[in-house]
Amino acid sequence: MSIIATATEKVDGFTRKSMRKAQKQKKSQGSSQFRTQALTELSPLPQLKDAPSTEQQELFSQKLQQCCMLFDFMDSVTDLKSKEIKRATLNELVDYVSTNRGVLVETAYPEISNMICTNIFRTLPPSDNPDFDPEEDEPTLEASWPHIQLVYEFLLRFLENPDFQPSIAKRYIDQKFVLQLLELFDSEDPRERDFLKTVLHRIYGKFLGLRAFIRKQINNIFLRFIYETDHFNGVAELLEILGSIINGFALPLKAEHKQFLMKVLVPMHTAKGLALFHAQLAYCVVQFLEKDPILTEPVIRGLLKFWPKTCSQKEVMYLGEIEEILDVIEPTQFKKIQEPLFKQISRCVANPHFQVAERALYFWNNEYILSLIEENIDKVLPIMFGSLYRISKEHWNPTIVALVYNVLKTLMEMNSTLFDELTASYKSDRQRVEVEASCYGDASLRQDLGNWSGLGEG
Amino acid sequence: MSNPKFKYAPISVFLFPFYNLACGILLCTDGDDSLYPIAVLIDELRNEDVQLRLNSIKKLSTIALALGVERTRTELLPFLTDTIYDEDEVLLALAEQLGNFTMLVGGPEYVHCLLPPLESLATVEETVVRDKAVESLRKISQEHSPVDLEVHFEPLVKRLASGDWFTSRTSACGLFSVCYPRVSSTVKAEIRQHFRTLCSDDTPMVRRAAASKLGEFAKVLELDYVKSDIISLFTALASDEQDSVRLLAVEACVSIATLLPQEDLETLVMPTLRQAAEDKSWRVRYMVADKFSELQKAVGPEITKNDLVPAFQNLLKDCEAEVRAAAANKVKEFCENLPEDSRETIIMTHILPCVKELVSDTNQHVKSALASVIMGLSTILGKDNTVEHLLPLFLAQLKDECPEVRLNIISNLDCVNEVIGIRQLSQSLLPAIVELAEDAKWRVRLAIIEYMPLLAGQLGVEFFDEKLNTLCMAWLIDHVYAIREAATCNLMKLVEKFGAEWAQNTIVPKVLGMANDPNYLHRMTTLFCINSLSEACGQEITTKQMLPVVLKMSNDQVANVRFNVAKSLQKIGPVLDSSALQTEVKPVLEKLATDTDMDVKYFAQEAISGEFSSINVLTE
Repeated sequence: MSIIATATEKVDGFTRKSMRKAQKQKKSQGSSQFRTQALTELSPLPQLKDAPSTEQQELFSQKLQQCCMLFDFMDSVTDLKSKEIKRATLNELVDYVSTNRGVLVETAYPEISNMICTNIFRTLPPSDNPDFDPEEDEPTLEASWPHIQLVYEFLLRFLENPDFQPSIAKRYIDQKFVLQLLELFDSEDPRERDFLKTVLHRIYGKFLGLRAFIRKQINNIFLRFIYETDHFNGVAELLEILGSIINGFALPLKAEHKQFLMKVLVPMHTAKGLALFHAQLAYCVVQFLEKDPILTEPVIRGLLKFWPKTCSQKEVMYLGEIEEILDVIEPTQFKKIQEPLFKQISRCVANPHFQVAERALYFWNNEYILSLIEENIDKVLPIMFGSLYRISKEHWNPTIVALVYNVLKTLMEMNSTLFDELTASYKSDRQRVEVEASCYGDASLRQDLGNWSGLGEG
Repeated sequence: MSNPKFKYAPISVFLFPFYNLACGILLCTDGDDSLYPIAVLIDELRNEDVQLRLNSIKKLSTIALALGVERTRTELLPFLTDTIYDEDEVLLALAEQLGNFTMLVGGPEYVHCLLPPLESLATVEETVVRDKAVESLRKISQEHSPVDLEVHFEPLVKRLASGDWFTSRTSACGLFSVCYPRVSSTVKAEIRQHFRTLCSDDTPMVRRAAASKLGEFAKVLELDYVKSDIISLFTALASDEQDSVRLLAVEACVSIATLLPQEDLETLVMPTLRQAAEDKSWRVRYMVADKFSELQKAVGPEITKNDLVPAFQNLLKDCEAEVRAAAANKVKEFCENLPEDSRETIIMTHILPCVKELVSDTNQHVKSALASVIMGLSTILGKDNTVEHLLPLFLAQLKDECPEVRLNIISNLDCVNEVIGIRQLSQSLLPAIVELAEDAKWRVRLAIIEYMPLLAGQLGVEFFDEKLNTLCMAWLIDHVYAIREAATCNLMKLVEKFGAEWAQNTIVPKVLGMANDPNYLHRMTTLFCINSLSEACGQEITTKQMLPVVLKMSNDQVANVRFNVAKSLQKIGPVLDSSALQTEVKPVLEKLATDTDMDVKYFAQEAISGEFSSINVLTE
């Protein structure tokens, strides 16, 4: 988020390297906590396991309160003693809730919740690197991780405790709690996002009343990501959770879920940082299609609409996803979509970027796709023929030419009569256009010739 | 294809199936070929190629003009409304076009025909398309009569406001303010109700849209409703659970505060503003800092003194650097706009201590934001305060480790110059300039070069000769071309300032001396300098001193130098007299025109034809 338009950039376009170097030295940052409380030094309390069982509850609550104290981790020399006490106490608390039964009495819930909220809910600080590129740059790590990690650990153990009662906890783990939790997914620190993912998954599993709300808020985060900010660090994690949520959807799918697929997941393919979450996204899409094959046609049409025009790396990803979809497609659905789809594939095969062409040609190594093509050879072959024929003569990359020969051979074996007809008409068409162009010497016809040779590129 | 004019143009008409509109045109215009291209355009609205569709949409007004108002209304618009599913790029162009369509559908009387397609466009997902549709709707709303506004436009706004999907509701937010002033009071009440609903929409996108239009909507409301309706909405949005909504309320705060009478501000606006300035999210605090001058003007001098000064102090000391930087940027404006009677006291006792701390901030963006405005304080505080309090800060910033901070100080020297004269600074200025001039980053060097003429003007020719001249000459042999180029340009500006005589004594000998440098790049720099200096130096220096050097360089062994000689000769030609041109320049160019190198030949010929074609005419 580039709030300060760095004037350095105005002065020197090449500062980024030096900035990055500086970044490497200082990779962590504090959370933007607006401190109001005054720091008092912590004093160690007796161990829970040494306390008589009658006093344990009281001591547990004291320790929880003690852990509400927040420390400045950007300053590595102050409060060392107190920081250590809090760390040890958190460790003890984690241990306490995971090994003991009967510790989660009703009165403990508000204090547990308070301790968790105070520690983890915070406004994330502005990114140190305004043009943070998640693929290139080292993430900035959360400075107070030594404490926050243990709080997350504690939260998980709390949720997983066999005595945990959602009916009591729902007073504290409510919509506001979830909302704040979801906002933390924007953290640049991958360790934190990983914890959040597990936590959210547990909450979704245990709190039936929050499920719709969680889905809706994720929906909002995604819409904001797609249409407003183009930036959110936790997309991959949220999609991963959604993958398992979609898996559990009952049939027939609700309109709300279908809308989510068409209006959120499909447009999400346009995002700049697609590479960061494409695997998870494709998984979600395929999950949907496996649930309800009728959705195949609109999804593929959506992907074709958003097909990348200049980014080859993305095109390879799209092709990968198309193959995943074709792996599970029903033959009737395939028939509905084959024409526009193979027009696109034919363009990809003819792509001068060999990785794109190669990825598209790999479809012919897939037995199931081959069987679908064979069934519909009369439709597919005429679409593919021009590109393949031309590429076999013209592509600069020998690997591609070799692959194309194999593909042409396979297609010929599927229907040799049609193949011969197409070869003949391709040649005569080409000849005719050439003749006309030379007769008229006309620009529009030469253009037309160009279109012919780039058949399928129009 | 009887008419040869259209032999090839309509190919697509024959390749693709007609549809009734294009067909209709062809049928009704048989014998009249002038509509043929229109038929093609219409046909291309459905072409498979996006680029063709886009071209066609961009010529939509031509199509409409050809069809006439009636057919545009009855055929073209319904067709467009049908084909709304398209690439966003095409939709964007369509949304834009329709905003200018009023006359093409028959004037204001029929302008409502444009509403259906724009309504669909206002519901698409892509933000740019939607925004453009809203922009066009706002535009044509002005062309609706009050009756049409209620019969056609307002129902559309209502439909959008109660749409299922968030996109239509976000679009609605931008339309309330344009129809509100011109409808009856019952409809007004409905509009207010809809706006209220959208402010508490459960989709944050819609609340953001509503919050961003809150100020605009408040402006068209009657004051009573501002107090009763808007304030409660404002308060609610300003305490929204999402910081992205809260920060937009800060923007609205400016407009709302401007609308209210002074005595209501304290109770209606200030509690919210105070809360925003201390919001737990840095984004909201950043927004407050960023809008601080506007807020200051809106709330007036009294509240500024009592509330904004402490708030500003806090922002200058904020724990987030982004907030501090935004606040630092406003220091000058804030001080300037303080009420005159207490300005100096406030600055000296409240603001300056914070500013002093910022000079040694840990974050370079904060320091450089401050450096870009701090000099402006000198005009406000006057000579004595500047010398006593500000000068040490300027000097400290001139020694800052970050080049950007130093640059920002240097680039604003003129403000100080007016108050105390730049000489006070020269002791520290010089080392700072020298260091920047030798900075490892060429863009920093470039930036300081650009300030040289200004500095030279302020420091005077003596100081310049003594301290800065060597720097200016050193840049001429910088290893980065952009620096050498800027250095030549700088020399030209210096000559314009100090005059030809100064040039002859100080720069020209050094520049010409470089003509014998073993490095051909330096030799070329001589030529580039001559190109830009000749005019400022005048005919005499150019003919007597520069021309011989240029001519001599035509024998250089490096072809690049030789063709630059040709270019230079063309360039300085206008400064020379015609006899020098004929006797000295022409033979050399003619010789270069027979050079073995292709480029040298080319540029020599260019120069000959550029220079002598006109002169020949004169001499003949």
